[in-house]
Amino acid sequence: MSSSLGNQVGQLARRSILRTLRQPAQIVPAIVFPLFLLAVNTGGLKEATNLPGFPTDSYLTFILAVPFIQGALFSVMNSGTDLARDIETGFLNRLALTPLRGAALLSGLLAGAFVLGVVQAAAYLAVGLIAGAELAAGPAGALVLVLLSVAITVAFGTIGLFAALRFGSGEAVQGLFPVFFVFLFLSAMTLPLDLLTTDWFHAIASVNPVTYLLEAIRSLLIEGWNLGDLALGFGIAAAIGALGMLAASSALKSRLVRT
Amino acid sequence: MTTETQRSGGIEVESLVREFKNGPRAVDGIDLEVARGEIYGFLGPNGAGKSTTVLMLTTLLPPTSGSARVGGFDVVEQGPQVRASIGAALQEAALDPLLTGREHMRLQTALHGLGKAERESRGNELLERVGLAHAADRKVGGYSGGMKRRLDLALALAHRPRILFLDEPTTGLDIQSRTALWEEVARLAAEDGVTVFLTTQYLEEADALANRVGIIDHGHLVAEGTPAELKAEIGRPTVEAAPREEGDRERMTAVLGRFGQGAGSSPRGVAVRLDGGESQLAEVVRALDAEGIAIEHLQLHAPSLDDVFLAKTGRSLEGAAEEEPADAETETAAPA
Amino acid sequence: MSEQRTAGVRAVARGVAWRSIHNFLTNPAFLVPSLLFPLFFFVSFAGGLAAIGEVPGFDFPSGYTAFQFVFVLLQSAAFGGVFTGFAMARDFESGFGRRYMLAASHRSGIVLGYALAALFRAFVTWTVLSAVAVVAGMEIAGSGGEIVALYALAVLVNVAATMWAAGVALRVRSIQGGPLMQFPTFLVLFLAPVYVPLDLLSGWIHTIASINPVTALLEAGRGFISGDPVLAAAAFAIGLTLSLLFAAWARGGLRSAEAAG
Repeated sequence: MSSSLGNQVGQLARRSILRTLRQPAQIVPAIVFPLFLLAVNTGGLKEATNLPGFPTDSYLTFILAVPFIQGALFSVMNSGTDLARDIETGFLNRLALTPLRGAALLSGLLAGAFVLGVVQAAAYLAVGLIAGAELAAGPAGALVLVLLSVAITVAFGTIGLFAALRFGSGEAVQGLFPVFFVFLFLSAMTLPLDLLTTDWFHAIASVNPVTYLLEAIRSLLIEGWNLGDLALGFGIAAAIGALGMLAASSALKSRLVRT
Repeated sequence: MTTETQRSGGIEVESLVREFKNGPRAVDGIDLEVARGEIYGFLGPNGAGKSTTVLMLTTLLPPTSGSARVGGFDVVEQGPQVRASIGAALQEAALDPLLTGREHMRLQTALHGLGKAERESRGNELLERVGLAHAADRKVGGYSGGMKRRLDLALALAHRPRILFLDEPTTGLDIQSRTALWEEVARLAAEDGVTVFLTTQYLEEADALANRVGIIDHGHLVAEGTPAELKAEIGRPTVEAAPREEGDRERMTAVLGRFGQGAGSSPRGVAVRLDGGESQLAEVVRALDAEGIAIEHLQLHAPSLDDVFLAKTGRSLEGAAEEEPADAETETAAPA
Repeated sequence: MSEQRTAGVRAVARGVAWRSIHNFLTNPAFLVPSLLFPLFFFVSFAGGLAAIGEVPGFDFPSGYTAFQFVFVLLQSAAFGGVFTGFAMARDFESGFGRRYMLAASHRSGIVLGYALAALFRAFVTWTVLSAVAVVAGMEIAGSGGEIVALYALAVLVNVAATMWAAGVALRVRSIQGGPLMQFPTFLVLFLAPVYVPLDLLSGWIHTIASINPVTALLEAGRGFISGDPVLAAAAFAIGLTLSLLFAAWARGGLRSAEAAG
């Protein structure tokens, strides 16, 4: 009487998605906040395009990459907080008493992040294009952009799952937010890597994986098809996702000591 | 010892121990057996080790040592088989406030591998049974405490388990919700032959519901038997009397002392556990009368499970949890 | 009578401020973020955007680090006030606020106490922030008096933000009110010339920034640090007006909390 892995993932995915959609307080800020920063930064930093070597005339096009990463940060918080709540309320124990597989639990939980990722990416892209951003890679590029964005969102989501399983509290997960913030701010977020003139800042940004995620998104918006940048972006997302999943599985094992 | 029925639907526990890091032994060598179809009440104050025992028996926490078989399966070696034969409503009614009752049912039945058609019918049947059919499509966040507990019970029953673990199922419920849950649990055991392992800190609950009771304190099983047996064991009723004239108190103590052991002094008078049981009450009155002691107040207390707890641990169940960390001191304060 | 009242208010304020400061200093979860966030903003704005100082038309004499220092100083002043509002909302949610309301002989002392704590908090942050800026080689062209004026401006911003947040906290009396305190503050700060001077902004943001009172505060602050004061009187007038306006708003909040019991 044991259900298949696919069925289990499906059931948990359904729950995770329902739960995400029923918490507008999670979705709305995750969409609105990055768009607000987009507007502010576009207005405030327009002059940066006059710097010699700036890759585009449109600062909006350049900075449009940022909301995708910020949206992914919200996914860490959301997936992590949801799972932490399951641990705190004992819901995880309820699930543990069913013939549920660990892999199904983790994948199912990421389904919420996946859906949120699609909604966010579509919203950012739509608003960006309406406001006049360029998309050099064309309609197919839009598809790849959404895909990349979802890959990043899900990859970051695994870190949220890990934190929830490792620490077991929503507060600990929320405590991660500043850490991710640091990663975002110490990257080539507002200017391209070459124009980061402060040496130490340049050094940090050039080893910060977020810089390359941004560059992969920017390549589609500004250049068109730069396979090297795209491969690096997808590769980093996959690596973060794989590491996060590995860490989360191991944390799940110690959290769920069921025999 | 193990009978065929126990193997298929009972619980056997041998020298079960659970130690936590830097802590005392939460469960310290428990032996017990629960027969198929029996309701076993596991009674003890907060922190006695009840929930830890339940977590081990439901495979959620591995024992430090000892063994347990649930439904004929070893909790360490055969976790998945154990989980397939049990249902559990753990201490927190662990529900997702954002899902409806019906969605909970659907998730639970699906995870247990019920077929699509059966999921729906089984879900409806159980929601009906626990009286939640009308609220099935409302989000659980808006349920009352009693509704949550009932949904929790329905979820535990989703896959027709033969053994049911209920960890303090009525804590925090009002009298009506509590009674309704008791009725449902009693019916499950009587009509469906479900074995029930129930932890509680309420004496009335164990008394009303359980066929047999085990009393746990500081991780030890200190007494076990039917409620009647346990009461009979220490089982003598207590008579409490107060003299009209305060000057007669000493003489009264002496007279009552002829009928049994002192059971602590009450502010109102003298209490003695009657060696010869209830029937001695008349003799007590005659003896006091013969000595010319006028009686202000006289009362006979039938033994309760609290008396059992008191006799076995030296403390009253009410408030035992609060005294938990200061063992040594509370022992000396206990009556003889 | 009035002297007695002043003494009462002062005693209440001292008690409330003591507890808030004590909590702030002994709880790393409060202390660390309020120190690290401004530092982090400073580091990432001044470091990451240094090239903006090279943009044609950007002619701030003291350099980009000093340009951003003023923004981060005023931002931390504002957010110090908002975080104090959070603490207040938490207190009212947990019932501690009611304890204050019952015990305090003069309830305006409660708000004053939180405000003093906010100011203390801001001073701690500014000390660290200023030290880091100086070590990082920030150019300060302003005179001693001008630098004092810069910090005085920051004090006004802190008071205004605390009063704003207190007004919200006392009306909502739950941490749910957090976003309501934070978001408008964030909005008004970032719809100002954050990265470049007002002249270099264009389009809608230029329009908004031109009428945003924070713009004058920022420009005056930047004038002080570069030894070339502009809009000084206007900035102090704005800071004072905002403080008084929001003090009235907080007073209304206190009335609402009193009415709610």
